[in-house]
Amino acid sequence: MIEVRNLHKAFGKVKAVDGVSFRANDGQITGLLGPNGAGKTTSLRMLYTLMKPDAGQVLVDGIDANMDPTGVRRRLGVLPDSRGLYKRLSSRENIRYFGRLHGLDDALIAQRTLALATALEMGDIIDRRTEGFSQGQRVKTAIARALVHDPRNVILDEPTNGLDVMATRAMRRFLHQLRDEGRCVLFSSHIMQEVAALCDRIVIIARGQVVAEGTPDELREQTGESNLEDAFVKAIGTEEGLMA
Amino acid sequence: MNPALTVFLKEVTENLRDKKTVVNALVMGPLLGPIFFAIMMGFIITKQLDSAEKPLEVPVVGAANAPNLVAWLQQQGMVVKDAPADADKAIRSRDARAVLVIPADYATHWRAGETAQVQVLFDSSDQDSRAPVARLTGLLEGYGRLQSALRVAARGMPASVLSPVAVAERDIASTQQRAGQLLSFLPYLLVLGAFLGGMYLAIDTTAGERERQSLEPLLVNPASRAEIVLGKLGATFGFAMVSMMLSLVAFAIAFQYIPLDRLGMKVDFGAGLILRAGLLMVPLVMVFASLQTIVAAYAKSYREAQTYLSLLMLLPMLPSVILMINPMKGELWMSAVPLLSQNVLIMALARGEAVALVDFALSFGASLALAIVLGWIAVRIYHREQLAVSA
Repeated sequence: MIEVRNLHKAFGKVKAVDGVSFRANDGQITGLLGPNGAGKTTSLRMLYTLMKPDAGQVLVDGIDANMDPTGVRRRLGVLPDSRGLYKRLSSRENIRYFGRLHGLDDALIAQRTLALATALEMGDIIDRRTEGFSQGQRVKTAIARALVHDPRNVILDEPTNGLDVMATRAMRRFLHQLRDEGRCVLFSSHIMQEVAALCDRIVIIARGQVVAEGTPDELREQTGESNLEDAFVKAIGTEEGLMA
Repeated sequence: MNPALTVFLKEVTENLRDKKTVVNALVMGPLLGPIFFAIMMGFIITKQLDSAEKPLEVPVVGAANAPNLVAWLQQQGMVVKDAPADADKAIRSRDARAVLVIPADYATHWRAGETAQVQVLFDSSDQDSRAPVARLTGLLEGYGRLQSALRVAARGMPASVLSPVAVAERDIASTQQRAGQLLSFLPYLLVLGAFLGGMYLAIDTTAGERERQSLEPLLVNPASRAEIVLGKLGATFGFAMVSMMLSLVAFAIAFQYIPLDRLGMKVDFGAGLILRAGLLMVPLVMVFASLQTIVAAYAKSYREAQTYLSLLMLLPMLPSVILMINPMKGELWMSAVPLLSQNVLIMALARGEAVALVDFALSFGASLALAIVLGWIAVRIYHREQLAVSA
């Protein structure tokens, strides 16, 4: 379970995140929807302890990120905004590197790699060097690498960015699988249709603040719009920076 | 497995798979210095031997004015060549290195018992003129001494009245010390080898990792920043150290083939020298690894880091150049200055001189202390938020 309380972060005079609070529960997919530049990535970066918030609190499974950042990182599987691979290593070696950094032994890493490679359908690429991978193959490797330690909480920053239709559909199936395994799945997106199709709960962020939050039904109710996408636009106040 | 070791192994594996890095760090870097050195030494030696052993050929203008002198010069092995049409021009066009000019009034002065003048024409800006000019001047002075001895003897006086003081030179430098001068840039070439050996790793593991966008995912792992930096520093240090040791071995092999003995010099470049010099370099290589990591971590891209590090490469030249221009007597304080101490002490080792344990310890300790401070700074840089984010 992930909980953030009243997060603030400013870069110079720009308030990137200005009081963001939300909760992502286990066994649910929570979507962070907002236009580009709304503060989604910055919020997530504070969540996975890459940045320190100016104010506010991050709790992962009840652990305070400020008190025990390493403990928080152990409980998170993160697909960050930048997801570069080591191109002179094979897909398997990329995954093994992160497994070892999580302190797993090689037997366990091999077992987890097999499970993830099956789930992500990457059997044919697992032993290839990642140089020259397609965007979809890169994202699969990056996700497997992020989940090698079998984390309870999964954070994905714009996971379908740059993926083709096939890969996007596979990604959605995979997110559902993660949820059905009882994990807490939190992902960010600026694509309304994707959030509408996937999420159990939706947190809408604009200008560094949470402007609406709830299940799809609750959001329709709050905004008085029957169409979910209309509800998003109404909550944010503009269509700019969003994608249908 | 320890996270630092994990990072170290991954960086080493990854970079060993990069042909460019391997060629630069493990082939070009270590071999460049010794090859450059061997070629230069071979050139110098051939040239010196050439100029000393080759018959001296000198065009003589007005040879008919002093037949005795010319005959004597020929007896001494000098080849007298025909006078060029324009002696000045022959020198300028480097057709001749030295021209002897005997003026028409030479015989008149000679017979009157006055000082007769001859001229040696040469171009002092022409390096190759030095040896022939010195040899010709030497011969002419020898002829002068011979003639004065004859004249004095003819007047019934002993020849010793002409030389009240005789100077005998005695060089107490050992054959190895004499070679020390030639070795004055050995420390610099070693330092350069270490610098080049680590450079690609330092860039690849920092600016390269940022450029590839893999730093953010890496930092999301539970490994501490210090562990990650230590692994990266270790990989850079490892490559630099291997490169530098290969360079030393290559030097040892090169010295087998350089005929220094023909110049009356000797270099004992054996395992003892390799190990001692290698040990002296260990903390300095650590200093370089940290320094390169710090500088490269500030760069936003691979190229930018390359530019910075190329500039940084001028830094290790400093003490070498200073010592080449102004050789200082080794003093204790020098041993406490990183970079300078390695220069001074490795030079002493190469000259076959004993290096006191205190100098050894001071050099090692001071350099290690600097390496630790720089390593700590590198870790601090990895704690900066902007590092992972501003890609």
